[in-house]
Amino acid sequence: MFKEIFTKTKKIKYATIPSEAAKQDVPEGIMTKCPNCKKIMYSKELVKNLKVCLNCDYHLSMNASERLESFLDHGSFEEINEDMVSENPLNFPGYLEKLEKDRQKTNINEAVVTGIGTVDNQSLVVAVMDSTFRMGSMGSVVGEKITRAIEKADELSVPFVIFTASGGARMQEGVLSLMQMAKTSVALKRFSDHGGLIISIMTHPTTGGVSASFASLGDYNFAEPGALIGFAGRRIIEQTIREDLPEDFQTSEFLLKHGQLDAVIHRSELKDQLSNILSIHQPGGDLEW
Amino acid sequence: MVGELEFEKPVVELKKKIAELKEFTKTADVDLSAEITKLEHRLAKLEEDIYEHMKPWDRVQIARHPQRPTTLDYISELFEGFFECHGDRVFGDDEAIVGGIARFKGLPVTVIGHQRGKDTKENIRRNFGMPHPEGYRKAMRLMKQAEKFNRPIICFIDTKGAYPGKAAEERGQSEAIARNLFEMASLTVPVICIVIGEGGSGGALALGVGNHIHMLENSTYSVISPEGAAAILWKDSTQAKKAAESMKITAPDLKELGIIDEIIPEVKGGAHKDIKQQAIAIGEILISSLKELLSLTEEGLVNQRYGKYKQIGKYSFLNDYIGVK
Repeated sequence: MFKEIFTKTKKIKYATIPSEAAKQDVPEGIMTKCPNCKKIMYSKELVKNLKVCLNCDYHLSMNASERLESFLDHGSFEEINEDMVSENPLNFPGYLEKLEKDRQKTNINEAVVTGIGTVDNQSLVVAVMDSTFRMGSMGSVVGEKITRAIEKADELSVPFVIFTASGGARMQEGVLSLMQMAKTSVALKRFSDHGGLIISIMTHPTTGGVSASFASLGDYNFAEPGALIGFAGRRIIEQTIREDLPEDFQTSEFLLKHGQLDAVIHRSELKDQLSNILSIHQPGGDLEW
Repeated sequence: MVGELEFEKPVVELKKKIAELKEFTKTADVDLSAEITKLEHRLAKLEEDIYEHMKPWDRVQIARHPQRPTTLDYISELFEGFFECHGDRVFGDDEAIVGGIARFKGLPVTVIGHQRGKDTKENIRRNFGMPHPEGYRKAMRLMKQAEKFNRPIICFIDTKGAYPGKAAEERGQSEAIARNLFEMASLTVPVICIVIGEGGSGGALALGVGNHIHMLENSTYSVISPEGAAAILWKDSTQAKKAAESMKITAPDLKELGIIDEIIPEVKGGAHKDIKQQAIAIGEILISSLKELLSLTEEGLVNQRYGKYKQIGKYSFLNDYIGVK
């Protein structure tokens, strides 16, 4: 009993260490956490700011519908080939199930959405890749939808604008995926020879077979700030050459410095810049002399 | 006044004196207006004397003036909606050459030009307006793009020369320049070149194979800098002034040699005294050039360019002399 007088009666404090998952996890819908600076923001404000972090200017990923909404004239978009879906040509185990799961998750049928729209009343055909569907990987359907979109632009004699976001070729479709690089490029070449205007806007991430085909074939190649763009992955290069790569390796800014991009364009300026470039390519126009 | 040149010192000093007198009349109770008017008359005459009779070396000084308007200065004065395109899509982006698309009085055009800096910091970034091969390859990429979309090309020439360096040689400086001369020959769109400062050798010519070539009154265009010529001819680069006189590098000289089409008059004392006014003068020439060239067919443009370069050069045949005898 006497002993108890000297015992500390202070309550033991338990500190809760949040799990890694909980740290990233913010109640969905109301708040969003910036993956770069970890600042928590109202989702509504973030969307109003075109999903560019209000604190650190990081460009968060946009899904296809957010992207279309962000730069096309409101209500001008008409989707084409929206019902095209992938098969399982190599009978790859679990592929169809994975596709079905992503269809449920994203509400789109494949990793690219294509259609016709306007920017400041200037018509164009647009293709927007969506990295939330199978990491934006390119299989037969992505290749075919993009090719058909290019053909549509050719048929209508309007510019073709593509927003890329892709991890590369879709492994589950093997060499059929590889050949989509050639298919889309062949279509772009024909369109280009007919005088068609091609604008490619690379967004995070644009890698592998997509970066080595249509993403790099624009008359104008642009990128969003800080996007990862490259052919071989950083880890593969480091393991192959056994050398540390610079911090900014394969970022938009790195590519601009190395002559691969016409410009890095901030998301808030994209619509105006695009509209200006489209207008310079409009046939006719009034000469002031 | 900032950056006054040696030969215009008398003008500057007289201006200073007039200003002093004006200041003096304000404070002291003396009427000096008669003197001031007299001096102003003298100033006008002096300015005329000095600026109308500029020596080649004076023009070299003006062409090299640190405040002389650059390509980007004229672009912002003359064009609307300029969008700069970077990179050669191969190696890098050379900031010693700028290029992009814009509208000139409603007409879509591609504009390309050498770009130097106006201060040390910018000059380092722009490599003093001396391009590497990637700069010329970027220019060619933009010219091909202009051809695809049927846009006239306007080139502003303003460089001491292509950069003489190790990296430039490794990446093929000669090939890049040669390729531009070769490819520019066959462009099916109008190409108008305007020398706005120094036209230094092959580095200038790589943007200079055009249907029309114009020069600002105080710009120069030569096979080598006066310093370089003096070093080669007399092994003494301090004789640059002498070289400048004998090499025929000013706009009137080139006009006489039948190389350029028009001399664009400069504002008194040089373009840097009034950029806006200078841009207007350039704009007028551009309009008349474009009007003329846009009436030609694609084939006509290529042929016109061929003929233009074919007729440059002076020569005679020994047999002709024999025949005369």
